[in-house]
Amino acid sequence: MLKRKIQELMTEPGCAVNTAKSAGERKKGCGKKLVPGAAAGGCAFDGAKIALQPITDVVHLVHGPIACEGNSWDSRNAWSSGPTLYRLGFTTDMNNLDIIHGGEKKLYKAIRKAIARHSPPAVFVYQTCVGALIGDDVEAVCKAATERLGVPVIPVNAPGFVGSKNLGNRLAGEALFEHVIGTVEPNDVGPTDINILGEYNVCGELDQFRPLLARLGIRLRASITGDARFADVAACHTARVNMVLCSQALVTLARKMKEKYGIPYFEGSFYGISDTSDALRAIAGLLVERGVDPTLTERTEALIAEQEALAWARIEPFKARLKGKRVLLYTGGVKSWSVIQALQEVGMEVVGSSVRKATASDREKALARLGGDEEKLADAIPPREMYKMFAEGRADMMLSGGRSQFIALKARTPWIDINQERHHGYAAYDGMVALVRQIDLSINNPIWKQVRAPAPWDQQ
Amino acid sequence: MALIVDHNKPLSTCPLKVSAPLGAALAFMGMKGCLPMFHGSQGCTAFALVMMVRHFREAIPLQTTAMNEISTILGGMDQVEEGLLNIASRAKPEIIGLISTALTETRGEDMSGELKQIRARNKELNDIAVVEVSAPDFAGSLETGWGKAVAAIIRALAVPTGGLAKLHQINLLPGCHMTPGDIEALKDIIADFGLDVVVLPDLSDSLDGHVAESYVPTTLGGTPAAKVREMGRSKLTIAIGEHMRVSARTLQEKTGVPFVLLDRVTGLEAVDRLMVSLSTVAEVPVPARQRRARSQLVDAMLDGHFYFGGRSIAIAAEPALLWSMGKLVSDMGASIAAAVTTQAVPQLSELQAERIIIGDFEDLEDQILEAGGCDLIIANSNGRQAASRLSTPLFRAGFPVFDRLGPAHEVSAGYRGTRDLITRLGNILMECPNHGPISAEHIHGHTAVAAG
Repeated sequence: MLKRKIQELMTEPGCAVNTAKSAGERKKGCGKKLVPGAAAGGCAFDGAKIALQPITDVVHLVHGPIACEGNSWDSRNAWSSGPTLYRLGFTTDMNNLDIIHGGEKKLYKAIRKAIARHSPPAVFVYQTCVGALIGDDVEAVCKAATERLGVPVIPVNAPGFVGSKNLGNRLAGEALFEHVIGTVEPNDVGPTDINILGEYNVCGELDQFRPLLARLGIRLRASITGDARFADVAACHTARVNMVLCSQALVTLARKMKEKYGIPYFEGSFYGISDTSDALRAIAGLLVERGVDPTLTERTEALIAEQEALAWARIEPFKARLKGKRVLLYTGGVKSWSVIQALQEVGMEVVGSSVRKATASDREKALARLGGDEEKLADAIPPREMYKMFAEGRADMMLSGGRSQFIALKARTPWIDINQERHHGYAAYDGMVALVRQIDLSINNPIWKQVRAPAPWDQQ
Repeated sequence: MALIVDHNKPLSTCPLKVSAPLGAALAFMGMKGCLPMFHGSQGCTAFALVMMVRHFREAIPLQTTAMNEISTILGGMDQVEEGLLNIASRAKPEIIGLISTALTETRGEDMSGELKQIRARNKELNDIAVVEVSAPDFAGSLETGWGKAVAAIIRALAVPTGGLAKLHQINLLPGCHMTPGDIEALKDIIADFGLDVVVLPDLSDSLDGHVAESYVPTTLGGTPAAKVREMGRSKLTIAIGEHMRVSARTLQEKTGVPFVLLDRVTGLEAVDRLMVSLSTVAEVPVPARQRRARSQLVDAMLDGHFYFGGRSIAIAAEPALLWSMGKLVSDMGASIAAAVTTQAVPQLSELQAERIIIGDFEDLEDQILEAGGCDLIIANSNGRQAASRLSTPLFRAGFPVFDRLGPAHEVSAGYRGTRDLITRLGNILMECPNHGPISAEHIHGHTAVAAG
């Protein structure tokens, strides 16, 4: 069953990358083959956890040996505006005997104990490699627990070995579609309810755009899953529009929600000023199509004009400090092209950008922004090459994820984190101003002069 | 006399334990030119790597055999072979640590047998030491994996040195509770006695947070394999922490070098024992610098005991760290309100606590509540939620410490390290007056707390 699901996810018709492939290519599935000894990144379980852990009021229970949860709990930067239950790590901590005798009974007891102590509205149970290998039927245990304990217990069947983090994101979407979405009928359905899929409230980014939506009278029914409550996700089938962020992760979920509940969706981004404006326009446009008062369009344009002017005005003072600085953008997450645009607007030169997870259209836009220079678009830069770039002064700073930070820092080059472990929110207009401010703080920090100078005895 | 209790709970909540393979990888971080690889799915590596990166704020070389569904069913030896060859050609390491995980151990892979065949058919691996470690996640914890890796390195690399003359040298086998700063301090002490030392593994040379002059795809420093081969020429091995016993014994069996196992190197009496051992083997009196340091420690105990006496402290840590911290706070007159650890080590029953729970941070919180609160919690960064719910200060120690700068440079070993630890703990206790009773409302009044 899992196999069929994965095959289905791999041939997602709603995915632009996928539809651009030949039939044969498509069959091979998405995501590169993982190369032993040269692989990087998380597993499917990690991806599923990233996608679901932000649901703040439920128990997230990992059925596996200690590594899966013991080595990772409370390490993701998804914020909550209320409940904190999601920050506790729960695991069956399987030992030798569980592996010999099977872990289903232990899992059931664990679920019962978690419900008794924390009274959550739901429990999410994550399957892992070892549980899958010894044949523990997590779905059956969850079903039995739901029936006997009267609390929804949701199986998330994404053991690590089935693939990459991205596949795990998608399997998490499947779990929501099959077991959560549509299980609660809300009594407060509104004409302007929307969902945002693939938004995890990293560093509270939701609050960089939720107030904008509120000003337009648009209600966020559910963010999937940043700062979410179980009941909101369960009721999110009543929303009028779905916006998909980080498209490759949850586009299948959006498509299925469209097919089953008739909710139209679009792919957009809140990273970058013009992307944010486009996203707001698209939300308003779809809501109007679905019968909302057409003045929403004008109000949205007015808000965009106001917010863009404000953002650019706030960015203005940074221009003199950042002009001509060369930046390497190395990320899959924070979508590249509109960030490139913003950086160029402040007068920085983007000397390279990775397009690892970008869609074809995103790639084209990025390429246009970089003056058609293919060489500036990299899939992956080997660490040694990257170090050389900095050591030879070909870039003044890097924006990337934590994994490559030390390549920049050890080459005494400014670096800021724009991936999921980041410590500042960079979404929407406020977020872009925050990003520019962080770049300024980093690149113009006084340490660089001192740390780059050779020791007195090494000077000629 | 403490009772060691294992609730054997079906549900672990807020685990204290981290996995054995991570401990093994950490040990390999102290080997020069090394790149360890987990034989498991790529998440096993990603989680361990991220955790070490967050703790040390350093690049961590750690690879994966990237097991997938098919190799999980058919066997992963092709993955191992491909992984070894890729690492050999890309990173050119001196040592590769090949560490099994729960996934491959559950399958029952015969890593050693197949490794022999792989080596036989791939000449490119001839100059690389491949050290295999069986450390499944489902048995033991950080200490277990660390101990197994050190023992495996000794088995693979240490050699009897036959008729070669002994050097004026000792071996040091530090436990995984020793920070790079601790190891640096011990190396200084040993140098004071005029002795050379081979430290296995030596995190103070690799993860001490320094800036290399070029890009290095392997560990930035550490013990070279050649040094391990010379361990047989040492006069004595000093192992620190009960989990290093097997390694020390293995080294003795292989090379004939006798060992002393020190249960800890924090605390006046404990460091005295270290000094006696060093003085005996070096055949010199304890150097003046150490005598002065001892005197400073005695003074710190005199000045500090006012602030420890009558106070109660809760500790959650791996056995060796719990032992070391627990003994010190008892030595200073504080009581142990709660003690939680990851596995049953008989020695722990000698701690002055009512119970030692094999458990998690939920157990710690429950124990503290049962004791009516405590003045200070000593634990790794994952104790932060419990500490904040209990409004009790948290002194971060152990692994991982990801929400403070410089855990690698924290020193508690030797007279000076003990002196400084007493100062740091004493200052917290001085700042926080005696705790009041903790009400239930206090505990359950959850406020919005952000992660990170």
